[in-house]
Amino acid sequence: MLDLINVSYDTQIPNNVGLSSDKRVLKALEKWHPGYINWWSDLIPQNFQQSLVYLRTAVSVDPKGWAKFDYVKMPEYRWGVLLAPQVEGRTIPCGEHFGDPAWQEVPGEYRNLLKRLIVIQGDTEPASVEQQRFLGLTAPSLYDMRNLFQVNVEEGRHLWAMVYLLHKYFGRDGREEADDLLLRSSGSEEAPRMLGAFNEETPDWLSFFMFTYFTDRDGKMQLESLAQSGFDPLSRTCRFMLTEEAHHMFVGETGVGRTIQKTCEVMNEHGIDDPYDIDKIRSFGVIDLPTIQKKLNLHYTLSLDLFGQEVSTNAANAFNAGIKGRYMEHRVKDDHKLTEDTYKVWDMVDGKLVQHDVPALTAINMRLRDDYSRDAAGGVSRWNKIIEKAGVAFEMKLPHEAFNRKIGVFAEKLFDPEGTLVTGAEYDAGMKEWLPTHADGDFIQSLMKPVTEPGKYASWIAAPKVGIDNKPGDFEYVKLHMA
Amino acid sequence: MGKVIDFQTDPSKYRHWRVEYDGEVANLFMDVDENGGLFDGYQLKLNSYDLGVDIELADVVQRMRFEHPEVKVVVMQSGKDKVFCAGANIRMLGGAAHAHKVNFCKFTNETRNTFEAAEEDSGQKYIAAVKGACAGGGYELALACNYIMLTNDSTSSVALPEVPLLAVLPGTGGLTRVTDKRKVRRDLADVFCSVEEGVKGQRAVDWRLVDEVVPNSKFNAVVQERAREFAASSKKASGATGIALTPLDRTFGEDSVTYSLVEVAIDRAGRKATITLSGPDTDAPGSMDAVQAQGCDSYMLRLARELDDALLHLRLNEREIGTLVFRTQGDPEKLIAHEKLLIDNGDHWLANEILKFWKRVLKRVDLTSRSMAAMVEHGSCFAGVLAELLWACDRGYMMLDDFEGDNRPTATVTLTPGNFGLYPMSNDLTRLQTRFLGTPETVDALKAKIGEPMEADAADKAGLITYAFDDIDWEDEVRIFLEERASFSPDAMTGMEANLRFPGPETMETRIFGRLTAWQNWIFQRPNAVGKDGALQRYGTGIRGDYNMERV
Repeated sequence: MLDLINVSYDTQIPNNVGLSSDKRVLKALEKWHPGYINWWSDLIPQNFQQSLVYLRTAVSVDPKGWAKFDYVKMPEYRWGVLLAPQVEGRTIPCGEHFGDPAWQEVPGEYRNLLKRLIVIQGDTEPASVEQQRFLGLTAPSLYDMRNLFQVNVEEGRHLWAMVYLLHKYFGRDGREEADDLLLRSSGSEEAPRMLGAFNEETPDWLSFFMFTYFTDRDGKMQLESLAQSGFDPLSRTCRFMLTEEAHHMFVGETGVGRTIQKTCEVMNEHGIDDPYDIDKIRSFGVIDLPTIQKKLNLHYTLSLDLFGQEVSTNAANAFNAGIKGRYMEHRVKDDHKLTEDTYKVWDMVDGKLVQHDVPALTAINMRLRDDYSRDAAGGVSRWNKIIEKAGVAFEMKLPHEAFNRKIGVFAEKLFDPEGTLVTGAEYDAGMKEWLPTHADGDFIQSLMKPVTEPGKYASWIAAPKVGIDNKPGDFEYVKLHMA
Repeated sequence: MGKVIDFQTDPSKYRHWRVEYDGEVANLFMDVDENGGLFDGYQLKLNSYDLGVDIELADVVQRMRFEHPEVKVVVMQSGKDKVFCAGANIRMLGGAAHAHKVNFCKFTNETRNTFEAAEEDSGQKYIAAVKGACAGGGYELALACNYIMLTNDSTSSVALPEVPLLAVLPGTGGLTRVTDKRKVRRDLADVFCSVEEGVKGQRAVDWRLVDEVVPNSKFNAVVQERAREFAASSKKASGATGIALTPLDRTFGEDSVTYSLVEVAIDRAGRKATITLSGPDTDAPGSMDAVQAQGCDSYMLRLARELDDALLHLRLNEREIGTLVFRTQGDPEKLIAHEKLLIDNGDHWLANEILKFWKRVLKRVDLTSRSMAAMVEHGSCFAGVLAELLWACDRGYMMLDDFEGDNRPTATVTLTPGNFGLYPMSNDLTRLQTRFLGTPETVDALKAKIGEPMEADAADKAGLITYAFDDIDWEDEVRIFLEERASFSPDAMTGMEANLRFPGPETMETRIFGRLTAWQNWIFQRPNAVGKDGALQRYGTGIRGDYNMERV
């Protein structure tokens, strides 16, 4: 068990921020730590808490040796505070302070803006753990269970990373906000998480894979733009978080890919050519490709909503202030101020979708969303390679960005996945082809049977090509505690 | 207008005023030196005034109270033949930057308020003896007097010609005093304020614009007679001997002003000034005789004079310093003892004057258009009169618990009886009453805490400070607050702070400053007044201002 009273921070919490000599933050984190442990203990089912999980733990920020793998009981996971190394002479990469030395302390002028960004980012980290809390019970393999817990503990670490910033740089307000991060809870009526998408339960493993692929990718894009912050500690924190985030994308992409692969294998095995022969395909305990497409439609469009309004003064302010950059800001070839530039955004004019130019500053969200869509398309084409290789006539597609939107210019109107404006009747009729129905959910749920024998996988998902940490196929990734 | 304006002067330097002391009556002559303007580019014709003239007047009024407590009646009159006073100099106004005009108006208003209140506060009654033209700021000088006498020579009049002549408003409380003090009927006031030539003779009395008209042949005699009558019926004690107000011990540095008890440190990059007030260097004197012997070196008076001068210096000469941070260092017990001696001897003329001066200085703090924060640090003496600073400021920050490497006495705030009525604000409430406007019972409850040093937790609980921060948070919280403050629009800050500082009832004073801020400053920015074809620019050319006729 953890010694909750005398936490030795330099040993218990790996860090590269000199916590043991930072009395101020040490005291704050000491007060916060028990609440975090309680949050974790109440969250994850007890038998998993006692199980030994083969996890990687971040122990340094050296790109080569930053993680080590070992069996860990999750409550004893070493949640560390790790910032990417400080870049000598780093300057503010965008906005009106472009070229000035990056801030090492919070500029008073932007304190509230920065705090709000950090709190929103911080709020999503524990939220996803909350959304996924019961998935361990239906894991399709020990390998997947291990990946789930890896994602969970790292989201927990990302919460720590944000809490560290709040404690270190935002004084009493920051501590209050850090406490509130543990007070809010996904799906709670009393105090829900801040963003809508983070209040939906993740009901099954396909949803989990879609979530880690699409929604965590939104997180990645946000981290990418915060990694471009002129507030250097935030930039360094986010740069290191991105190292971990890559694994979450990997879990999502390979999870969906393995599901597709298993479906294609089963179709071939049973000589099914028509991917829409749904009942027959389902009868062999795999998920048909059209249903996977429907899940994709849902998660992609929910994630697009996380980018907010197409035209946003908040985003413009944050960019101009130099506290949030664009994706790969340092590689963008322009003046990094955007005072004269324009950017194309969608708009509805006389009931028609049109694209027109708006000041680029106000279209920062839109640009990031476009970067996101490009980034998300990569995995989709790799999934299509799997289908193609199996000789199945089907193609996964990202739906048009107008489809199924609740935020932005498309929110008020009805569109099909091709981006065509449709009538209410057409929409109702198409809905069951476009988005998962309750019946689809029932079917997927029926497949969610736990498989806990090392090297074995549930009926609907293929084994991975390679093991974690290059372990062999029958490696026991989780030593379950069967109390 | 880049020159440094000094608010310190003395009679040997006066160019515009002279005083003839005649026992209990003082005759104050305004005799402005045309070529004695504070800046180049205008002549102070017809007893018109600029800031320099007003700085002398403020000095006269202050010395009247401290150096001449024997005076019971002051007769303000003109040293020139055909004019009492033509008001603020129009060429000066036309050439001045907006910020200078605003500061000029604020200071002249504070001076008007001071001699207006002299009767109630100190038993010194001001009579305006008006002979010759008395227009605009000239009539406002008279309006602030306690009694106005006008000669009936069929020419002399009182007037507020700003609107017809200059397309601006009287800037020193003229409109407000006409209605609120003189209680002129509002339609007559409307007529009065629209006619360039003003009102003369008996009609001026009938309309309540003056108290008395006197036949021209007997004017001087009647004025002196009236002065002696007022002196005779005054309740002010006779026989007091004044003290000399000697020059301040003051040194200007590049980024500092150093007085004996006040240190101003200017951080230009951060656009803030830190004003540190020192507690008493000695124990309180045993009696008022001892205070009188110390004269202007006595602690409470010296501190008030130095703080007053520092504020005026910052207002006029350091306009980009947007935030004032007030610190104190010293023994609160000693400070309380100094204040207590004055409070216990409130009927002693000097004790009364020093306390009333503090009232004015604290009002000057309230009315300073800068963001203000008090830092209650360890070793500080925010007690009694200095605790008022804490509530005059927009925010108060206080050190909580021990700070590493800091062995000064723990920060405390201590209330004294002085906090419950001696230092009212312009709204006529105490700062505590203003602070707890919604819960007056809080103020009553606080009386039980008089004399009890409250550490940060207690002060926070009592609502006397905004934030208490410990060693961990203090430095960052304070830094970030000050940086944030410096980043806001100065105009928005001025407006917001002025709105929030004076809740509760309106008084003539709050109305004067509020109207000045809202209306006069707006008009002073508008092309109809200050544009190249506006009235102020065209004044004296014979061509009327070219007005945009749209009503806004």
